[in-house]
Amino acid sequence: MIYKILGEVLIFIGALFLFLAGLGIVRMPDVYNRMQTGTKATTLGAISLIMGVGIYHPQWIFKTGIISLFILLTNPVSSHSLARASHNSGIPLTKGSVLDRYAEDKKKGFKEEENDS
Amino acid sequence: MNVVVSTIVLFVIWVIMTQSFDPQEMSVGLVVAAIISLMAPGVAGPEPRKWLQPKRYIYAFIYIFYFLYAMVKANIDVALRVINPKLPINPGIVKVKTKLKTNAGKLALANSITLTPGTLSVDIKGKYLYIHWIDVKKPDIEGASQEIVRGFERFLEVIFE
Repeated sequence: MIYKILGEVLIFIGALFLFLAGLGIVRMPDVYNRMQTGTKATTLGAISLIMGVGIYHPQWIFKTGIISLFILLTNPVSSHSLARASHNSGIPLTKGSVLDRYAEDKKKGFKEEENDS
Repeated sequence: MNVVVSTIVLFVIWVIMTQSFDPQEMSVGLVVAAIISLMAPGVAGPEPRKWLQPKRYIYAFIYIFYFLYAMVKANIDVALRVINPKLPINPGIVKVKTKLKTNAGKLALANSITLTPGTLSVDIKGKYLYIHWIDVKKPDIEGASQEIVRGFERFLEVIFE
């Protein structure tokens, strides 16, 4: 019985983080900050939801573990390529941003970085 | 040597995926793993002997817990920023330097950075990573590397190098 309660708690935490991620996407000022909430909160939300289902139905725990592993491997790659694509197509950072080393180095053509490797 | 190691690696993955110890399934898995590694010996990476060093697995096991801790902390941090009415963010893109040389190590580092405290990797060029940081504390290369990269690098150095 205790594992059912644990599973329900995990599913609740997952739903909470997914809700906060949605709220973050509405509140954040630019695409990069939105990506921050859209990757972190949704990854933990989805994983804890899926693992919660796995604990609720113990015969599925192994499969849900593999699904979580694939989410952990693929989610950051997609968000990274979205961020890179938006920077390369010229979407600016929000007004309050402190610095942008990527744009500085992009003007110089990345010569230094490619030689030093 | 390469073929044997990649056969073992593929066979273990097969058993994990099918989750059955039925002799029929396991023998099919072994045959398929052997054929694949004969046809594509590079399937287990450029240096397959790395799979046989137990120290890497111990560090990988510790790393899982370190990473989960960092990820939960990151999530709570970002969630608190989202529900704070003032929206306390101080964003920017910083540049950090890594010591890792292998592609697998760099991939693991970039993925770990993306999943932890307010950082999102934007691009990678040679030794340097460009990272969008939601709360820039140190703008210079050394300081930012210290804050973001070092914690992971300690483990990833042993696991992948």
